[in-house]
Amino acid sequence: MNDRIVAKRPAGTGDAGAREGVPAARPATEAPIPPTTEADQNAPHVRPGDRIFRGLATGSGIFIVVLIGAIGLFLLLQAIPSLALDQVSFLTSREWSTGDVNNMRFGILDLLLVTVVSSAFALLIAMPIALGIALFLTQYAPRKLSRPFAYVIDLLSAVPSIIYGLWGLLVLAPVLTPVGEWLTDVLGWFPLFAEGNVSIELGGTIFTAGVVLAVMILPIITAVSREVFDRTPPAHIEGAIALGATKWEVVRTTVLPFGKAGYVSASMLGLGRALGETIALMIILSATNAAFGWSLFDGGATFASKIALAAPEFNDPRSAGAYIAAGLVLFVLTFVVNAIARSIVAGHKEYE
Amino acid sequence: MTTETADLNRLATPPTFQSVSTGRKIKNGIATGLVWLAFAVAIVPLVWVLYTVVQRGLPVVLDPDWWQKSLSGLLSRQQGGGVYHAIYGTLVQGIVCGLLSVPIGLFVAIYLVEYGGRSKLSRATTFMVDILTGVPSIVAALFVYTLWITTFGFGRSGFAVSLALVLLMVPVIVRTTEEMLKIVPDELREASYALGIPKWKTIVKIVIPTALSGILTGVMLALARVMGETAPVLVLAAYAPFINYNLFDGPMASLPLLMATERNNPTQAGFERIWGAAITLVLIITLFNLLATVISRWLAPKTK
Repeated sequence: MNDRIVAKRPAGTGDAGAREGVPAARPATEAPIPPTTEADQNAPHVRPGDRIFRGLATGSGIFIVVLIGAIGLFLLLQAIPSLALDQVSFLTSREWSTGDVNNMRFGILDLLLVTVVSSAFALLIAMPIALGIALFLTQYAPRKLSRPFAYVIDLLSAVPSIIYGLWGLLVLAPVLTPVGEWLTDVLGWFPLFAEGNVSIELGGTIFTAGVVLAVMILPIITAVSREVFDRTPPAHIEGAIALGATKWEVVRTTVLPFGKAGYVSASMLGLGRALGETIALMIILSATNAAFGWSLFDGGATFASKIALAAPEFNDPRSAGAYIAAGLVLFVLTFVVNAIARSIVAGHKEYE
Repeated sequence: MTTETADLNRLATPPTFQSVSTGRKIKNGIATGLVWLAFAVAIVPLVWVLYTVVQRGLPVVLDPDWWQKSLSGLLSRQQGGGVYHAIYGTLVQGIVCGLLSVPIGLFVAIYLVEYGGRSKLSRATTFMVDILTGVPSIVAALFVYTLWITTFGFGRSGFAVSLALVLLMVPVIVRTTEEMLKIVPDELREASYALGIPKWKTIVKIVIPTALSGILTGVMLALARVMGETAPVLVLAAYAPFINYNLFDGPMASLPLLMATERNNPTQAGFERIWGAAITLVLIITLFNLLATVISRWLAPKTK
């Protein structure tokens, strides 16, 4: 009886060694045991069920890896013919006209700048607030309330982005108008606050977009930071308390140093979200033909909003290819930002 | 040298614990205030957005017609009609996406937890799932556009939207399932192996049922998330003001697409449709979130 089980287990769980705590399959120990006839009949060497299941699982893993490659590859394949037709430099031109396929002139400089500036502005607003919320939820909030409070913050991410967009343009923008006018009046000498190329009253500025984006990326930055802050070793915190530290000193000397890398990584993830946000920005940002002038009160379009605006009219593969090329740049951009975010955390074993 | 009486009032040794200096107290107070303020600041937009949606949308959805009719045959300035065609589109696109995503996500998570170990492929998969989480929805939509529409030559349809949503949903399912599978105690697996039960059967009959409530909760939350996505429907589906039951052919409405379309309608009817659709979408998402909570309570492993 015992023999059969020993003979069977390595056969059935051929990869048990992959898991800790489960004895690894050792052909050496298996070999000397002559399989009984019963085992031969009931248990084939590798059970087909195991083989199929393992195949499916591994196949799915491979599928994910291939998928990311396929996204890049397909976008690239469709972008190349259009890039070949481009009459101006794709990377440094500010023009975007793809209507006439014989004279396509498109460059991403303005899109890139508007995307990066609006996301950076959003990050600037969201980072300190998210830090505060994460500290509040992990250190300050009453224990019983911290879970419901965290749930409330997560609700922010459950609101669809199109609703944020409509709210941002129709409700928030009129409220922000006086702030914007004050900023351009008083700080107008500073390029970021200069008079922009779209009307402040209509609200379709990078300023409005940035504030809405900040609200949208708050939950992700908070959630990831909160998780890291929660893992601060209690011994550190208790040590600080024992030394007579105030609450703030405890946070400053234990929680913040421990969670710094996680917080930076969380912010990068937030940046990735902001870069790719589509509909809210498509609704909020006013289109303009003027070039981006480094002001927060400019309008314009980000990669994503430009693509979304044109998407319903994708008919000619050549003009669609121009937008796909822009999409490819956005993909690469978010890929890099997310990869950096992950690599920051990957270096920290204590977070696991 | 001082008088004896004064010495009597003084402690023989200085106190071990000294009171916190004013400067430190003030700093502590400021920090506490700022942290509470940060939380309050985050609540403002949430309440404000929800208030806007309810205040503008509620009167519209109280009309039973809203749930039973489509906008078929109505002019853009004609009030009335309903959005059941868009609700149908949103639900069907979401559910088909779920049907495609759950098996893929489940198997990827099983691979990562049960088979992958620390192999190269396993690490690559984890990394790619992370990257996929960050892929903007518009990029997912463009990818499906290049694959499904230009390469394979199919038309725009609800199914293409579902495919794009799969890209957004799979990483979420993988993440939650992975977490849930990891917390299944190894003792359960070992007990099963000890009884000579094959690995795949152990996973199917022991590991997954134990983690089921968490997995289903994750699926519901992921569904709620993808149903609000607008970018894929803009790129991959054409809007129709009438009902279209066929997921594979023809224009098909969905709530986000209806909102994006009616945005260009400046009349009162357009206003009502946008905010009515907004509150409908929020209600559907809330419903799925509630469902997630119910499932997690109902199916949670019974512990003594």
